[in-house]
Amino acid sequence: MTEVKASMAGSVWKITVSEGEKVSSDQDVVILESMKMEIPIAAEADGAIKELKIAEGDFVNEGDIIAIIE
Amino acid sequence: MITKILIANRGEIAARVIRTCQKLSIKTVAVYSEADQKAPFVSMADESFLLGPPRVQDSYLNIEKIISIAEESNVDAIHPGYGFLSENGAFAEKCEEAGIRFIGPSAKVMEKMGSKIAARKAMQEADVPVVPGTDGAVKSSDEAIEFAREIGYPIMLKASAGGGGIGMQAVQSDEELIKAFESNAKRAKTFFGDGAMFMEKKLDFARHIEIQLLADNYGNVIHLFERECSIQRRNQKVIEEAPSPFLSGQTRKQMGEAAVTAAKALGYTGAGTIEFLVDDQENFYFLEMNTRIQVEHPVTEEITGVDIVEQQIFIAEGKELSSSQSEVNMNGHAIEARIYAEDPETFFPSPGHISAFQLPEGEYIRNEVAVAQNDDVTPFYDPMIGKLIVKGSNRREAISMLKEALLTYKVEGIKTNIPMLQKIAGHEAFESGNTTTAFIENYYLPITKTK
Repeated sequence: MTEVKASMAGSVWKITVSEGEKVSSDQDVVILESMKMEIPIAAEADGAIKELKIAEGDFVNEGDIIAIIE
Repeated sequence: MITKILIANRGEIAARVIRTCQKLSIKTVAVYSEADQKAPFVSMADESFLLGPPRVQDSYLNIEKIISIAEESNVDAIHPGYGFLSENGAFAEKCEEAGIRFIGPSAKVMEKMGSKIAARKAMQEADVPVVPGTDGAVKSSDEAIEFAREIGYPIMLKASAGGGGIGMQAVQSDEELIKAFESNAKRAKTFFGDGAMFMEKKLDFARHIEIQLLADNYGNVIHLFERECSIQRRNQKVIEEAPSPFLSGQTRKQMGEAAVTAAKALGYTGAGTIEFLVDDQENFYFLEMNTRIQVEHPVTEEITGVDIVEQQIFIAEGKELSSSQSEVNMNGHAIEARIYAEDPETFFPSPGHISAFQLPEGEYIRNEVAVAQNDDVTPFYDPMIGKLIVKGSNRREAISMLKEALLTYKVEGIKTNIPMLQKIAGHEAFESGNTTTAFIENYYLPITKTK
């Protein structure tokens, strides 16, 4: 199991995967928006999205868990 | 007479406008979001009002709320700063309906210049050269390909409603064009509510040089020379200077005259800027017009001695311009470096707590800042936390002052682009004036990669 963490504070602009979906390492999972810039956050491992911890529009801090991959 | 102004903005520009108001004995009203409660501009104003939560839709873009505060606090005029509502025609109209002067041009002119397609057309009608490109919107990627055959790659694909580099992409091939056309049209639709795209030939070895204009309500228009703003990353300016080290006296004169002619043809009023692309042969082409104060206006103020915010207020009051073109002179050389809260290598934003903050000081240094020590830089707004402006008697002197000032500019707790600015300021290509829009790509990015 690996966690996908926010690399910086910002709001969740778009979630590009859904729960149960198979993802591969380096695939974008969510796109955060911070200081007028969109920052894609990628999965660090292959697997399936077990859980999405956030919703579009949510605010996340650096280090917050965004998703869990199994 | 204007006796009280509401500043519908935040950060360094709100503070900048308040300073000129204080000089003119005009009372000021600040509006702020929950994220900006402790910001320096709020305490500088005579009165301040909370707009709402941090998100811009709930705060700095909340037209109803801003107008109601303006009415309640009895201001004569609203200064919109840059960004946010500064180029929003509907906002300007609402201000006028409420009997409050909007410090800027008419809503009609603003809207025309806000559409890049309409602006191109207006400039062509005023005989100002435009970059070879499509006359109107390109409807499909098939049509885009057809046009690409005509003008050849590289091509700049642009969103008509775009700003801040959004919806804009350089493409080199049919394959890239098809992909970029669809994704950028979609992004422009999401961001600006308008997905219309057009295409221009991408000029290599080009410089971004803009002309500052002042126009009163009686048909008088003058220019305050140019600003060289070629050093950009992701189409966002990083270092600006005046005058341009590249332009000949003759081209400077021609560009100034073209800009004045265009402003007259548009019936433009207030302070405004016409941006041009200038190729290596000094041919210049209209890029866009900004109908507001610009971030980089201080470099022009430093070399001409004109307070542009003061001029905006005077024009809004119905005063005639006090200087004619021949009375405006350039003196010395000014450079501005934008201080961004971002990683200097990945360019990722770096919000956080500023644990230590110390500005360079000196007679030749001007600081415009949005933050102070112990402030939090929040992720809700633009990453620019300050501007450092230096003025020397010539360019060489200004560069050495910039280098020295950057060494003592201290921001701790967050990452900033100061290391990047130092590398640019010390680069021989910058010193020799080789400042094209490809500067960062050609000279800065390679340094970060070879480490």
